Formats: sequence, C-alpha cells, structure tokens
Amino acid sequence: MKIVVLMKVVPDTYVDRTLSLETGLADRATADLVLDEIDERALEVALAHADEDPETEIVAVAMTPEPGVTSLRKALALGATSALQVVDDRLLGADVVLTAEILAAAVQHVGFDLVLAGDASTDGSGGAVPAAVAELLALPCATALAEVELTATEVTGLRASDGATVRLTAPLPAVVSVTEALPEARMAGFKGIIAAKKKTIETVSATDLGVDPEPADAARSIMLAVAERPARTAGTKIVDRGDAGEQLAAFLLENRLA
Amino acid sequence: MTDVHDAPILVLLDRTPDGAPAASSAELLGAAATIGTPVALLVGPGAETEAAAAGALGARRVLTVSTPAKTLGVPQVDALAAAARHVRPAAVLAAHSVEGREVAARYAVRTRSALAVDAVRVSRDDEGIVSHHSVYGGTYLVDAAPTFGAPVITVRPGEIDDRAPAVDDAAVEEIEVEDSGLPGAEIVAVEPVEVTSERPELRGAEKVVSGGRGLGSAEGFELVERLADALGAAVGASRVAVDNGYAPASAQVGQTGVSVSPRLYVALGISGAIQHRAGMQTAQTIVVVNNDADAPLFEIADFGVVGDVFEVVPQLVAALEERRGA
Repeated sequence: MKIVVLMKVVPDTYVDRTLSLETGLADRATADLVLDEIDERALEVALAHADEDPETEIVAVAMTPEPGVTSLRKALALGATSALQVVDDRLLGADVVLTAEILAAAVQHVGFDLVLAGDASTDGSGGAVPAAVAELLALPCATALAEVELTATEVTGLRASDGATVRLTAPLPAVVSVTEALPEARMAGFKGIIAAKKKTIETVSATDLGVDPEPADAARSIMLAVAERPARTAGTKIVDRGDAGEQLAAFLLENRLA
Repeated sequence: MTDVHDAPILVLLDRTPDGAPAASSAELLGAAATIGTPVALLVGPGAETEAAAAGALGARRVLTVSTPAKTLGVPQVDALAAAARHVRPAAVLAAHSVEGREVAARYAVRTRSALAVDAVRVSRDDEGIVSHHSVYGGTYLVDAAPTFGAPVITVRPGEIDDRAPAVDDAAVEEIEVEDSGLPGAEIVAVEPVEVTSERPELRGAEKVVSGGRGLGSAEGFELVERLADALGAAVGASRVAVDNGYAPASAQVGQTGVSVSPRLYVALGISGAIQHRAGMQTAQTIVVVNNDADAPLFEIADFGVVGDVFEVVPQLVAALEERRGA
C-alpha cells in the first residue's frame, strides 16, 4: 500500500508565536520551525502499518517555504520512504482552498492508496484542509478519527464528534485525518537519521503541479486587517496566610462572579 | 432595515444524535441575523419535524432535505449546494464543529467559493461580509473577506452572544437535491455520548474551573468539581491532568483541546504552559491558585493566590456556600 502523509511545518508552540502586523502572515523568520505534532501522529499510523506490512510505501508531502525541508528530513528519519516538498513564493498566505488544491495535486503527482493527515494544525487550527482535499480528489473522507484500523481495502475508525461517537468505514482510496487521541510518533533512531540522508526529497512548484494560485474563477479568502491583542497584565496577587479562600470569595462576589 | 439586511444568509445547522438542532444553532442564526436574513438548512431524516425548532431560534425560512444519513458528509454537501442555488445567499454559515467544517470545506471547494474558518464574529462593511478571527489563542485578531462572491464561514461554537428573535411562522420548504454520486465514508454505528453531569458544557460556558498537575491525583481532582459546582461552572483540565488520567480528554483546555473565553476562568494547580494559555487567555477574569509563586499563569491573573489548593479551595467553597445561605 502507498500512503501519503500530509505534513505541515509550523512554528514551535514552546515559544511565543508571532504574526507579522504588516503582512498578517505567520512570522516564520523568528520562529523555530517543527513538524506539526498532530501530523507526526498521522505519520505514526502509517509507520505502524508499515511495521506489519513491509510492502508499505510512505511519502511525506508538505507545502512549505524552503527551510521546511529540515522537517521533511525528520519525517524520513522517522521512517517515511520519500518526501515531496512544494515550494513556491506565490503560495505565501495561501488560504484553505488553495492549500488543498496544492496538496491534492501533490498527492496525485506521487500516487497513493490512502491519504493521511492531522485533523487540525496547531497554528491555523482550521481543520478544513483534509476534507477539502477529499472533495478535490472525489474521495470518501473520514476525518477526526480517534481510532484507525487499516486493511488493504478499507479504513475503519472511530470519530468523536459533538454529542456522539460515530464508527465509520470507507473503502480505499480515501482521505483520513486523525486526532491527538492517537499515539505520538516514535523517536528517530541513529540508523533512521543515517538512512534519511540517502532518501529522496523531490521539490516542485505550483506550476509543476499544474495549479494556478490566482485563477479568475475561484474566490479566495483574504486578510483585511490584523491587530495584536493588548497583552494581559497581572492584577492582585496574594500569598495565603490562612484566609486566602475568604479573600478570593470576596473578590468573586464583589465582581458578581459567584 | 436596509436592503442588504434582507439578503439571505444560508445557515447549515448541525443536528444532535436525536435529530434536534445542535446547541450551536442559536449562535449561528444569531450571527446570521446581524448580517442578513437567516435561512436555516436541516439535512437528514426527520428534518421537517425540527423546522419549527429552527424557527424558534430565529430562522425566517427553513429548508429541509430528508435524505438518509448513512453516508457521512456527502448528502449535506449536496444539500447545501442545492439550497445555495435555491436562495442565492450573501453568505453561508456553518458551525466550526467536526461535521460543520467538513461540509463547509467540501462545499467551498465544489463551488469555488472563499472559505474562512473558525470565525468568532461576522459583520458587514461597505463592500460586503467580513469574518473576524481570533488567532494563536487570542493573541491576534484577524479580519478576512472574500475576493468576490458569497463567503463560506465556519463559526467557533460558544463565541456568538447575538440571538435572533423567534419566528413563529417560518416558511418551511422541502427542496429537491441532485445526488452528486460522490463516495463518502459510511456510518456503521452512532453512540450518543452520555451526559452524566448537571454541569454546563465546557464549550461556551460562562464560568470554567480547571485543574492541573497540582491536584496530584484523580481523587484530588474532585476538588475542581466541588468548586465548579459551587460556582455553577464547567470543569476543564490542563493537558497534564488529562494525560495523567485525572480528567477525561474532552475536558482539556488549550491549544489542542477546547478553547474557552468565559467570564470567569479559575485555574487550580496549573502552571500555565503557552499551550494552555492559548486556550483560555481571552477569559474576562482569570483567577489562579498555585503553590508555586513563579507559575507563569500568575502573569495574566486578575486575582492570584500563592497557596495550597487543598487549603484555599475548601475555604473558598465554604465561604461561597455560607454567603449563599445568608
């Protein structure tokens, strides 16, 4: 089976992330870039399948500016067979639908039986790209799965939605996205890191994939304004001397919060 | 009322497992009423029997499509496309839920419409409809608009306070839908999540009490529930508390998990990693109790107590109960 894992390169959440107030785009220059943790979990689903079935081929696909290649190399070290990086200045600030158009074209370019992704990125947190990719590919999609079982012909899984847990099944090929209920990715071993150096990372542009980022007939979502919310400041801070609970109760009642 | 406010705003309503409009419906129809005339779309078996409920939440027109619900998503996308051809809306709104955002994304792709996700407010300016987004856990506010055409906007549950006036005589119409024939995932079984608690739901709650590492155990975490009940608040948890099994995953507040912006957020024994702050820093009032005076969460607390949660909180609960009794 050939599994394509869609991977996003995002600013690390362990430091404060910033948006450029000029362009409204994520400030990637000042941020540490990492593979989104949720996509590593999607990769782990593929790797676990490869452990069972050595015939499995895994391609990591990312649309990311050039420095993102480091993150794709990590995916290779973890065990992906090869990688595809879509790099194109015209894709800076791409909205959900354009991102999906690029990724759909990219997975068609490499070929696949299954497309795996994280359900929502930690930076955009839109959670819409996998479904959009499925629509573009005219494939069934099973999104936000908290459990995934793969066979050669179908995927089944459990999706926790608001108010209900739904058991789903879809024939392959299909698009699947997973939640953080799934296990974390394994650690990259020394052997994996060495092996990654010999693996291929193909680089393509939007034009190579036949996608026009600015077609006349498709509406895009654009940013009109971006503003930074004023930072919160600390208020009263007391050290408990035996009556802090009383004082806190008084604070809540005074502010009509209790 | 100007002409633009007569423009139909098509609203896809999520439905609960028993068929009723989901809790997000009142918010979506309330948001729609601020930018035009709310037109609700209900898809699936028994849609017509829920039409009156949609009217009560502010839908002036209710479109129904009673297709079977066995395939996931595709019938909703087909229905949304048919409904949009029928009413020519100025915007399409859906909940930013697992179901809503999936249908919205597929519909936007199919109709080559602009998609804006996870909005916390919608408005109108001279040129059309604008969606407002809270980004990076509320650190930034971003406004977005379509380059042209009717935007498709998913709205974050629990964020919209506007409510549309009830409509007693909403026009109800079953519409014809052309089956796209696209493949979808099949639903094998649906198990409603048992609601075992009287407490408010975390998403959209007015008040939230959350617990973290400092509670030490599942037994210790009961303290969070006691204070939540004393305040009429929902229960939340930090990732550490969830990972250690003190609280269910559905209670997790933060970057991954639920984002809340309640009037009151009480954090017990939570140090305040950036990921947690991203899910709660837009709360109006933040209260922090932690025995570590250096916990980062104190930096954004309106009222911070450096002390043992097992001493401060029982005293707080007793004080609240006493004053309530008085």
